[in-house]
Amino acid sequence: LAHGAGGKATHTLIEGVFLEAFRNPLLEPLEDGAVIDEMAFTTDSFVVTPLFFPGGDIGDLAVNGTVNDLAMCGARPRYLSAGFILEEGFPIAHLRRIAASMATAAQAAGVQIVTGDTKVVERGKADGCYVVTAGVGTLDRPTRLSAAAARPGDAVIVSGPIGEHGITIMLARGELDIQADLTSDTAPLNELTARLLDACDDGEVRCLRDATRGGVATVLNEIAEASKAAIVVNEDIIPVRPDVRGACELLGIDPLYVACEGRMVAIVSQASAETALTALHSHPLGHEAAVVGRVNDDPPGLVLLKTAFGGTRIVDLLVGDPLPRIC
Amino acid sequence: MHTEPLDGRIRRDVRVEGVVQGVGFRPFVYGLATRLGLAGRVGNDAGGVFVEIEGASADVHAFLAALERDAPPLAEIERVTVRAGEPGGAGGFTIVDSDGSGPRRALVSPDGATCGDCLAELADPADRRFGYPFINCTNCGPRFTIVRDVPYDRPNTTMAAFPMCPACAAEYGDPADRRFHAQPISCWDCGPRLRLVDAHGAELPGDPVREAAALLRGSGVLAIKGLGGYHLAVRADDEAAASTLRARKHREDKPFAVMVPDVETAAALCEVDETAAASLTGRARPIVLLPRRDAPSVAPSVAPGNRRLGLMLPYTPVHLLLLAELAVPIVLTSGNVSDEPIAYDDADALGRLSGIADAFLVHDRPIHIRTDDSVVRPFLGGESVLRRSRGHVPDPVRLGPPARRPILACGAELKNTFCLVKGRHAFVSHHIGDLENYETMRSFVTGIDHFTKLFDVRPELVAHDLHPEYLSTKHALAMTGVELTGVQHHHAHIASCLADNGEAGPVLGVAFDGLGYGADGTIWGGEFLLADLVSFERLGHLAPVPMPGGTAAIRQPWRMAAAYLDAAYGGRPPQGLDVVRRNQATWADVLTIGRAGLNSPATSSAGRLFDAVSAVLGLRDTITYEGQAAVDLEQRADPAERGAYRAAISGGRPLLVAGADLVRAAAEDVLAGVEPGVVAARFHNGTADVIVRTCEILRDSSGVSAVALSGGVFQNLLLLGRTVGGLNASGFRVLTHVRVPPNDGGISVGQAAVAAARDRLPATGDG
Ligand SMILES: [Fe+3]
Ligand SMILES: [Mg+2]
Ligand SMILES: [Zn+2]
Ligand SMILES: [Zn+2]
Repeated sequence: LAHGAGGKATHTLIEGVFLEAFRNPLLEPLEDGAVIDEMAFTTDSFVVTPLFFPGGDIGDLAVNGTVNDLAMCGARPRYLSAGFILEEGFPIAHLRRIAASMATAAQAAGVQIVTGDTKVVERGKADGCYVVTAGVGTLDRPTRLSAAAARPGDAVIVSGPIGEHGITIMLARGELDIQADLTSDTAPLNELTARLLDACDDGEVRCLRDATRGGVATVLNEIAEASKAAIVVNEDIIPVRPDVRGACELLGIDPLYVACEGRMVAIVSQASAETALTALHSHPLGHEAAVVGRVNDDPPGLVLLKTAFGGTRIVDLLVGDPLPRIC
Repeated sequence: MHTEPLDGRIRRDVRVEGVVQGVGFRPFVYGLATRLGLAGRVGNDAGGVFVEIEGASADVHAFLAALERDAPPLAEIERVTVRAGEPGGAGGFTIVDSDGSGPRRALVSPDGATCGDCLAELADPADRRFGYPFINCTNCGPRFTIVRDVPYDRPNTTMAAFPMCPACAAEYGDPADRRFHAQPISCWDCGPRLRLVDAHGAELPGDPVREAAALLRGSGVLAIKGLGGYHLAVRADDEAAASTLRARKHREDKPFAVMVPDVETAAALCEVDETAAASLTGRARPIVLLPRRDAPSVAPSVAPGNRRLGLMLPYTPVHLLLLAELAVPIVLTSGNVSDEPIAYDDADALGRLSGIADAFLVHDRPIHIRTDDSVVRPFLGGESVLRRSRGHVPDPVRLGPPARRPILACGAELKNTFCLVKGRHAFVSHHIGDLENYETMRSFVTGIDHFTKLFDVRPELVAHDLHPEYLSTKHALAMTGVELTGVQHHHAHIASCLADNGEAGPVLGVAFDGLGYGADGTIWGGEFLLADLVSFERLGHLAPVPMPGGTAAIRQPWRMAAAYLDAAYGGRPPQGLDVVRRNQATWADVLTIGRAGLNSPATSSAGRLFDAVSAVLGLRDTITYEGQAAVDLEQRADPAERGAYRAAISGGRPLLVAGADLVRAAAEDVLAGVEPGVVAARFHNGTADVIVRTCEILRDSSGVSAVALSGGVFQNLLLLGRTVGGLNASGFRVLTHVRVPPNDGGISVGQAAVAAARDRLPATGDG
């Protein structure tokens, strides 16, 4: 299970098995998608319980996830494929509902689903329905974004309040009877990234990453490591909705590690930080965007959190599921 | 074979290893040789002290006999090697300069409190160092905290920037002087200078000590640069000042230590017996935890609700002068905010503490290594160490058989220490702290570097905890070119107790602590292990319960009450329990989280059991520092109460101890209106009882009748006393901690001992 949690175990798995087997220059940077000529290409698979949750379902999650991966490459998402692995007896009504929300999401993101595939597996497998999407997008700008491009002095921006998707899913499993007014943050980020990239000069936006599995903490660690730089963020300024904070406190979870499906981290040059923020604020999905920290040169590869009392805590990549370390 | 010349003149080349530098060893040799009319020379090198001695055979033999017998009190001789040489006809005896070449084996000694001779001079108006805040000699003063490199010589210390004046140079060069080759020697004319500065670093007029005392008298907060770092001080009897300090430091409840001018004052505040007095006045000058008297001269905010108080005596001339001027006890707490490490760098300290301190009593001798105060307490007629740091470090813990290869043990995550092993020496680091803090993590990394240099150890074998998220584990796993060995947390606890007692096991190890990563991936902490230094078998443990919300369950002990009551009553706890009422808003959710296993790892932790009972008793629902709920429970317990709750033991391998039985019994007594002090005592007694009974079953099945008690929970003196008593009465031989802390500060020693023992095993495989 730990291998899927988005932490170090996932990285070990990816690097140890897949990168090892497939090694090539396009795969090597392990970005959200591959950039080939003037095109970006990506794929993602979706497993979620429950399939339907406040704010969305596995269908729009699958579309938005792939759209966002393309957007994070700086591309304009164009065409998607969709594959379904269905458990025998999966209600057709559910499938219709998933397909409908995929269509709506595709339309909202301005992409077309142009090819697909369906397999049915035995009862008891596939948790009802798995969805696999792939997508291609076009690179209309000369900008090349990379997790390795963060430079000391750059601003670290979060596009909105974090952790809503992950907490919504946990609550939607119905085990808890917490009264929280929460919906998943699943959304296509391509318009937001387009505004950001249009507003800033070429090269001023260094890197974009959607904070999915493993949350903002994991994304920041990936960038710090790839850029061989330090990232220092301020606990006080990271936007977290009160309901998310409350649920996180109850569950004993750090919101920094909770998944989002419609939030991104942007690394932007210091000079363009204001411009970037204005551009993000002009879009509904970026209303609450905030500069939450800076890139420093030292200590390379580490993410540090300035706490409310002025302390400095190491925000590490988790090896697996979070386990208490304190006594 | 040597033939001895007819006139009986012989020569011997002698090498002395151990703690022999900076302790007056060369002057001692000089004095001895000149008294016996011998010729030759003595010097320090990186290996220790070398002596070339020649003269009449009888005199040389007398010299060799006296060398170990009469060595200076602070010297710790590890080994003396004597080789015969050809007499060269040299005349006179000289002390030669240090030689920085060759392998480094010399041991740097720990910092020591101002000695009696220096004290006398400090107070003598006729002495040229009268009132000098940096007086020291070969028998006292800064050592480990100022050493940058070996050999221990002035240029390799932070005193390098202070050229000696002629008077000091004369003392330094005079073999008959107490300050002969005392590296930190200085005086009013040539040494560091004491200054009082304001929060912006601007020097304040007047005598710094007198003005600092005046500031404290006027309820001010004073930062003081000590040996290993900055402290914050207020008058101990000043409630307003003490609570101001708490607020500015963001330290809510954790007790402050108090520095008293003398043992008499200590005895007025606490019960000070002979053992305690010895600890207080010893060269290490630790904080000594002592039973508190009802003394109005200590403000309530100093150690709220605590039956014990941490006392220490002044250990540097600066402290001595200040306390003499002030003549009342002061709070002396680490110079930091909340959980940050203690400040020791001057610029950093001014920056970090300027919002807390009204003024800074500082000097210009840099501190090279941050070193916190050590903490000890009397136990069973001796001293037992809870934090081994200033005054002890870097004295090695001596292992039984030597390690085959050099070892680094990376320690735990909290209260981290690391440990480097070379031969029989386990060099345990000073208290590093909680690694999640970046500053602390950095001192962990640079500290390891410093120690490898200081003791010339290149680790080939690296021991680490099994917890995948410990930053110390990650540090070990990232090392290249070394062999790694993982040591389970509680095995390391038991091994640390074995090493502390110079034993190798097998032993029945009772490891009770907050938590550690178990070999099965769950969280352990109430363990009965059959262990030796190489391996262990888990023969019993507390029956696991969920920790609802993981870390949140540690910060909120009432969650453990919910989990334990759920286990005890199967979801139907009796009506009327106040802990349920107090936490009504989230009680059901927390139960659900625990039952569903949402971020709720199962744990057999004894610390969490104490937390649960503390909350059931209404003592503490949430904590502000580690172990607080358990501390409150111990403090509350009525020592006269002998009743004990009974916990069932079931299962076979491993045995399961029903901690929930103890919680149920406590809950029922609470509902029946039994006094909380009695409930707390019955719980302690019941825990001790079930430990003894479990050990009895395990003795029958294993044939092992020695028990080692380790883990942070055994810092609880009531539990420790009851458990030791019960085990002794049942005929067990009991090992407890003495010099190595039972808490996670001792983990590195345990890891090192295990790694060394595994490395001594014959290689497995064919052949
Ligand atoms: Fe422990
Ligand atoms: Mg993705
Ligand atoms: Zn002295
Ligand atoms: Zn001088």
